[in-house]
Amino acid sequence: MTALGKLFRTTAFKLSLAYLVVFAIGAGLVLGRVAWNVKALMDEQIGTTIEAEIKGLSEQYTGGGIRRLVNVIEQRIRQPGASLYLVTSFNGQTITGNIDELQPGVLDRPGLIETSYRRTGDTDARDHTHRALARIFVLPGGFRLLVGRDLGDRETLRNVMGRALFTSLAWLVLIGTLGGLFVARRVLHRVDVIGDSAGRIMKGDLTQRIPVSGSNDELDRLALNLNAMLERIAELMTGLKEVSDNIAHDLKTPLTRLRNGAEEALRTARDPDDYRAALERMIDESDGLIRIFNALLTIARLEAGQSGADMAPFDVADVTRDVGELYEPLAEEQGAGLELDAQSGLRVIGNRELIGQATANLIDNALKYGVGDSGGPAQVSVVARRAGANAEIVVADRGPGVSVEDRSRVLDRFVRLEGARSRPGSGLGLSMAAAIAKLHGGQLRIEDNEPGLRVVLSLPLEEEPREQKAAVLALPVAANPRTAS
Amino acid sequence: MQPMRILIIEDDSEAAAYLVKAFREAGHLADHAADGLEGYAMARDGAYDALIVDRMLPKLDGLSLIGGLREQKIDTPVLILSALGQVDDRVKGLRAGGDDYLAKPYAFSELLARVEVLQRRKGAASSDPTVYRVGGLELDRLSHKLTRNGHEILMQPREFRLLEYLMKHAGQVVTRTMLLENVWDYHFDPQTNVIDVHISRLRSKIDKGFDTPLLHTIRGAGYMIRDSSR
Repeated sequence: MTALGKLFRTTAFKLSLAYLVVFAIGAGLVLGRVAWNVKALMDEQIGTTIEAEIKGLSEQYTGGGIRRLVNVIEQRIRQPGASLYLVTSFNGQTITGNIDELQPGVLDRPGLIETSYRRTGDTDARDHTHRALARIFVLPGGFRLLVGRDLGDRETLRNVMGRALFTSLAWLVLIGTLGGLFVARRVLHRVDVIGDSAGRIMKGDLTQRIPVSGSNDELDRLALNLNAMLERIAELMTGLKEVSDNIAHDLKTPLTRLRNGAEEALRTARDPDDYRAALERMIDESDGLIRIFNALLTIARLEAGQSGADMAPFDVADVTRDVGELYEPLAEEQGAGLELDAQSGLRVIGNRELIGQATANLIDNALKYGVGDSGGPAQVSVVARRAGANAEIVVADRGPGVSVEDRSRVLDRFVRLEGARSRPGSGLGLSMAAAIAKLHGGQLRIEDNEPGLRVVLSLPLEEEPREQKAAVLALPVAANPRTAS
Repeated sequence: MQPMRILIIEDDSEAAAYLVKAFREAGHLADHAADGLEGYAMARDGAYDALIVDRMLPKLDGLSLIGGLREQKIDTPVLILSALGQVDDRVKGLRAGGDDYLAKPYAFSELLARVEVLQRRKGAASSDPTVYRVGGLELDRLSHKLTRNGHEILMQPREFRLLEYLMKHAGQVVTRTMLLENVWDYHFDPQTNVIDVHISRLRSKIDKGFDTPLLHTIRGAGYMIRDSSR
């Protein structure tokens, strides 16, 4: 497509064309109306003048007869730029006047009339006639008196108006077209720039951004929004890349173990018992892999906010107690201490299963990694408490803790700090707990327990229905026996 | 355990063939339907003890199939299999009329244990005895008392519920996740095998000092309470 063809197809150009047509019609209507009004006004003025003159002349006739009338008229004819006069006898013979020729039949129609005529002494070509507005008045005695005015002025004015209309329309079209083209080109250019940037981004250069002109117009806002969207996409891509790198790395290890186990069994197993043992190890290994996949899937769905999990009110303290109790024998077996302190009445709206899972992850972590430097058993405390408008599940240990630099990193997927790599675990527990906290509108904080690590899962408490409470209190005791008990 | 008649409604023919074979090896009778409509017809007309229904099926999806059966007042126990395996999916499946839910990939031992428990549930739903007896072990559900050979054993409430569930399904394999679901009412993955420690605690209470152990570990599957002297 040619550049011009492209220009004609732009919305901006089509719009300016449409406006041009509308304005042209508007201007034509206004000018036409003005011209019509001016003509009407002039006609009225001429009519009034003629009327006055006829009145004067008929008074002359009444006072001095036809002779006086003829004298007066001949006098007036001699003045320059004079009106038109004609006096005829009752049978139509000209007595005096400055008109040679008239449209036939005009003299028989009394009243105001527009007609063409030829002035006496006009030496122009025969066909050159003028137009006049005239009034025929029948005098007593059968004489007819015609008084008229040439309409040349009116015609001139009409011509001037016509030319003005034409020129203004021409200018309007010219300026409008040029303006439209200019605007269209400008818009087109910026749209092209956006399109080019999008093209480069689609080719894989995610760092590209759409230039913003700074005028804060619609195109700028569009560009800003697109840029924000690109920013988010780039963020997601980076996250995705990190995750896939981590997945590749962290799944390779168990997969390699799985494969090596199978190979080794094929090579060295001697009897069915050897095979059985190897196969059982491989099943354990694949169960571990499935567990990692499930955790990843859960985190992904939680982070996308699409878990669709049922949200219902429940007491965080109950969940903390349940899960703490679930881990208590394990802690005892390891010789670790597990202190549990949960004050009831921490109602939040959320998914009990997910909060249970998050709490389990935190306790599991504390038991695994909260082992003291001397290698002694872990000392873990699990507390559920109220903190302002939040319910907090605090899991703290007396282990090596997490250095300040590593605190934000430990929430990422698969991050396992030095020293933890040798122990079992997927590095997904804390990221899942963080995702669960986020889904509930809460947060997961990593703090220093001096010494040790303190992880705080903070969840917004269910808003207390104050008005409802007040209403219940306001009721008479007898009406609601439950408030009395 | 009596052989069960099981219908497997699953469109993946390889997975279905594996299940049919595995159930037959476990001593049950297994049929296979390859799509939702066929499965619906077979489930409606055949006298099955349990149905295993994949959630995503051609022609008629799993949840609609179960809904249809329940409308027809067919209350054959249903276990839903799903690749989705998220909290909400399980809730949806159970609301649609399923009796249990298992996410793929699963261990066959887990599926088998759950299906066998389902059938038992159907048979004994109306008449659960108030006292469970296995060997010399007696658990009174009303007075919350436990005795072995007449000697009273003191129990924590949670230990009592754990043993109650095991004894209710005496002679059947009960998996760790089944215990977590039914005794603790949680469906998440506790990463470490916390259940094992609870079981060994329970075992030391009921089996310690007696010649015949009642609480057995079934390798690769779970646990079972059984009178091994008989």
